[in-house]
Amino acid sequence: MSNQYIRISSRFVILILVQVLLLNNIHFLGYINPYVYILFILLLPFETKRGVLLILAFALGLSVDFFSNSLGIHAAACVFTAFFRPWVMSLITSRKEYEPGVEPSIADLGFQWFFMYSLILVSLHHLMLFLLEIFRFSNFFSTLGHSVLNTLFTVLFIILIQYIFYRKK
Amino acid sequence: MRNLINFFWRHSNFILFISLEFFSIFLVVNNNGYQKSVAFAWVSEKTGKIQTGYNSLWEYLNLKQTNKDLAAENARYRSMLPSAFLITDTLVHRKKDSLYRQQYEMLSAEVISNTTNSSTNYLQLNKGMLQGISKDMAVISPTGVVGIVVNVSQNFSWVMSLLNKETRISARIKKNGQIGTIAWEGGSYRFASLKDIPTHVRINRGDTIITSGYSHEFPQGEIIGVINDFNIKSGEHFYDINIRLGVDFNNLAHVYVIRNLLRDEQKKLEEPVK
Repeated sequence: MSNQYIRISSRFVILILVQVLLLNNIHFLGYINPYVYILFILLLPFETKRGVLLILAFALGLSVDFFSNSLGIHAAACVFTAFFRPWVMSLITSRKEYEPGVEPSIADLGFQWFFMYSLILVSLHHLMLFLLEIFRFSNFFSTLGHSVLNTLFTVLFIILIQYIFYRKK
Repeated sequence: MRNLINFFWRHSNFILFISLEFFSIFLVVNNNGYQKSVAFAWVSEKTGKIQTGYNSLWEYLNLKQTNKDLAAENARYRSMLPSAFLITDTLVHRKKDSLYRQQYEMLSAEVISNTTNSSTNYLQLNKGMLQGISKDMAVISPTGVVGIVVNVSQNFSWVMSLLNKETRISARIKKNGQIGTIAWEGGSYRFASLKDIPTHVRINRGDTIITSGYSHEFPQGEIIGVINDFNIKSGEHFYDINIRLGVDFNNLAHVYVIRNLLRDEQKKLEEPVK
């Protein structure tokens, strides 16, 4: 059990560092920037309580904000994502049961499930993030376009990371 | 009561979610300049409409006083017209004079909201970007200096009043040309203080304080107020001067916004040196 806490907290630190030191500087095509740090929210265990989930997401977003000089933007987007995570989970069915100890990852639940799961949550996160960054509803569709493109990149990175770092059991 | 507690308990996650979101958005608006200005423009567009309605009523009730002020101003201007002067010399040659070039342009505007009781007072005017107002323009009234435009939306603008702890206006004592700075430190809205006047200068109660023209916003010679009281604190090299402001901020209705036509040129000249 304590082993799991250590793994989760080190994941928290590593993802934030990778995000702010490396990925925030990509600016592919000017605005595409994979926001891989939300993998932390995606990978929290199934049995995580909703309240804890929200608070962890807020802490994650706020930490990224501190580094990227955008206080509040990432925090709002992360809390938004975390709030919808249980709904998305009940939306997509899996062949395996959601049981304690199982992580919502490719290794445990398969590619197809994880792809849908991350696609929906990352889209929610990015939509919120980009809306807050632009901060107006005029030009909504160009904002939407940006966030869709960015979502594809983030999901690609997240899946690659899964294949590189998590071996099948 | 128990139902209420039950309700909160059942929806505790949702309440946590909403409060975290609100807190985040509060952080966004307060700490990011761009988002702040967008939110500000939106809010002032909405409140401006309400204020305009309220203000038209208030203005109607004050028409009598306003008319009197305007008539007095008209009279003053008429007395400056060429027709008010007796021509004593008949041999006047006229030619187009290139010595004078217009530097300041005035736009009239109405005050639609105003405070005098906070420590950071602002005014809202019923004209904005579309009417040619932009940031950093000076605002005066017939009786003296009012403030500086700090934010504009499409149809409204937001003016940092002289009655604001952040405001600093370069001023000059009219009779001897000494330069100081006007600041307001809270307290009464009829008084402000003048700083940086060294103690070797002779001053008297009733001396007029005017703008120095050293800033790029205010033209030279606009009235700010008169010296009300002054003293020297022991060990200080500067006077502690209290001035009575020319403008009565509590019944301010009509103001002029000043555009400096040569401002860009002045700024450009400064830039490489700074």
